[in-house]
Amino acid sequence: MAGIDVTSLHKKYPDGTVAVEHVDLSIGDGELFVMLGPSGCGKTTTLRAMAGLERQTSGDIRIGRTLVNDLPPAERDIAMVFQFYALYPHLRTRDNLAFPLRAEGKPEKEVRERVAEVARMMQLERLLDRRPHRLSGGEQQRVALARALVRRPQAFLMDEPLTNLDAELRADVRTEIKHLQAELGTTMVYVTHDQVEAMSLGHRIAILNKGRVEQVGTPLEVYDRPASLFCAAFIGSPPMNLIEVQVAEGALHGPGGLVLTPPDGLPRDRSLVAGVRPEALEVTAPGADRTVPARVVSAEALGDEIIYVVDHGGGTDVRVRMPPTVRFAADEQVGLRHAGGTPPVYDTSTEELVA
Amino acid sequence: MGTVAAHGLRKSFGDVQALDGVDLDVPDGSFFVVLGPSGAGKTTTLRAIAGLEKLDGGSVHLDGRDATNDTPAARDLAMVFQSYALYPRRTAYDNIASPLRARKASSSDIAAAVQQVSALLHIERLLQRRPAQMSGGEMQRVALARALVRRPRAFLMDEPLTNLDLKLRVEMRTELTRIHRTLGGTFLYVTNDQVEALSMADHIAVLRDGRVQQVGTPTEVYERPANQWVAGFVGSPRISLLACRAEGDRLVGAEGWSLPRPRWTTAEDGRPLLLGLRAEDVSVEKRGETALAGELYGLEPLGDRTVVDVKVGSETVKVKARPTVTGTPGQRVSVTVDLDRAHIFDAGTGLALSTTGR
Repeated sequence: MAGIDVTSLHKKYPDGTVAVEHVDLSIGDGELFVMLGPSGCGKTTTLRAMAGLERQTSGDIRIGRTLVNDLPPAERDIAMVFQFYALYPHLRTRDNLAFPLRAEGKPEKEVRERVAEVARMMQLERLLDRRPHRLSGGEQQRVALARALVRRPQAFLMDEPLTNLDAELRADVRTEIKHLQAELGTTMVYVTHDQVEAMSLGHRIAILNKGRVEQVGTPLEVYDRPASLFCAAFIGSPPMNLIEVQVAEGALHGPGGLVLTPPDGLPRDRSLVAGVRPEALEVTAPGADRTVPARVVSAEALGDEIIYVVDHGGGTDVRVRMPPTVRFAADEQVGLRHAGGTPPVYDTSTEELVA
Repeated sequence: MGTVAAHGLRKSFGDVQALDGVDLDVPDGSFFVVLGPSGAGKTTTLRAIAGLEKLDGGSVHLDGRDATNDTPAARDLAMVFQSYALYPRRTAYDNIASPLRARKASSSDIAAAVQQVSALLHIERLLQRRPAQMSGGEMQRVALARALVRRPRAFLMDEPLTNLDLKLRVEMRTELTRIHRTLGGTFLYVTNDQVEALSMADHIAVLRDGRVQQVGTPTEVYERPANQWVAGFVGSPRISLLACRAEGDRLVGAEGWSLPRPRWTTAEDGRPLLLGLRAEDVSVEKRGETALAGELYGLEPLGDRTVVDVKVGSETVKVKARPTVTGTPGQRVSVTVDLDRAHIFDAGTGLALSTTGR
């Protein structure tokens, strides 16, 4: 097993497009590291460069202590799982799983043992004699994952492996991947555009935008303190409310009279916005303590929570996450207050976190 | 007026029974969502109502009148699809105006109607642009405006938000409910996304394999699912279902656990049951008498909360916890259960038992 270090990775295509712009990443041994971003952000290109499927323009990639820039994919000792299943259609599950081991020339006894072991782990025992066309999409994806696992490589590289699964199965397989990774302790780099997947899987998440890394952090770090307005908009659903604020008398003043607690070290004379998570706001009966008057624009009851869209005279409506027991109707007059901690604050011109 | 009713809709494609007796009663002015997985028959239902699909059986009534044999145009319904289907060479204004021009409205009426609907959808500044100059979200707004510019009997929408990114989808959900309230028309909306259904609908019909499983308000469908399948389809994370049976005043799990039997269960002793637990009705942070012993399997932080997966024997219970909760896989944990909020299903039929007590 091994960590992966990416130093100043740069990828420029012949037409001049820069897909990856001097990216630095340091992925720990045994870490489940997620690269998250919208399509075109450079996450897949970075992953493919790690795998050796894409030659970088400049920059270094090390797996363990080995500089792998000039090594072909097969010599990098990594296993790649793609968003499409790529199983051999004419082979039974058993032989699909055995394929990478046989290709390495392992003795047949070891092949059988390792296939049996991975099949047990991934609950594929009763599917071992089926061919891919007799497997559901979810089953095919589990076989594809198992085939990557059976090799015990130094690292797994995964490119949106769950994209083709329906929502229910996606959540199940996600849980399995995370559990397996913890059990095996193998380094895993996982690429996705789905923030829920990134949050729930990753030990750490790198958020990429236009070929650059905007932030690297644990799920709670990127959720609580997004490093830029881009990250703030990308993580969390509904996303963070971005509220224009002025600093005066030791407080942050938003439109409509909303008052927020300021963080330390705020710069002066800049145009600022505070990032306020929907659960850091509260909708109350009108006139309650420390509230500003507001009107419910809409209420979205999601079963275990209600998202209120509220107009407090601030120009932009804010979203508030409340427990399902608190009920207000659309158009009802209510109070709105800030209920939680100090919000991160951003400079609107640089779009970066300032405090 | 804009009531839409479907009775006993049947339709097969080859040997696939797409609709197997679908009944829907869409009240005037409602935001009615048909929710189901792909292949459930949602789109076929919508197309049958629009007159785009020939039925094997059943009838469609519009405003109380049998419209089963009416042409699509005579039904006076407006469709919005997941692909925007805008005319690429025309400006947004001309795209929006096209249904009115087809009806030979006067140009002053057209200008007034386009102006009004553009204001409603906040797209006034896009009117002179062509589709190629717009983002996906903008095109979807223009497509909506084109449907909304007329005052049809009802609006039929087939997953119109599917192709938008997450952030836009969240915004458009709010927009659609606002537009619905402002216009006051009947919306019949089809989706496979339970969050969309819960957040926008005033009524939801849950469809599976061409049959309606349950009709109710979002709260009813979430809190009193009619069967095990609806319970699993609506709600995220998914409800945990544990095999068990009633024995005297106890509920005994297939995995060896035992809990007090909720007062409201009427199931006779020994009958195979499923105990349904929503993630917010169980806790690893509270202590309580009624608890399941398990082993931590994994943590899934989501920011505002963390979902804790706990293995109870070979079954998994998903538990909603504070975002800062910690733990290591394999560690013993106790899951406190709020039995007053639990669900019980017949394991054979899948039907909910005694929801009236809840």
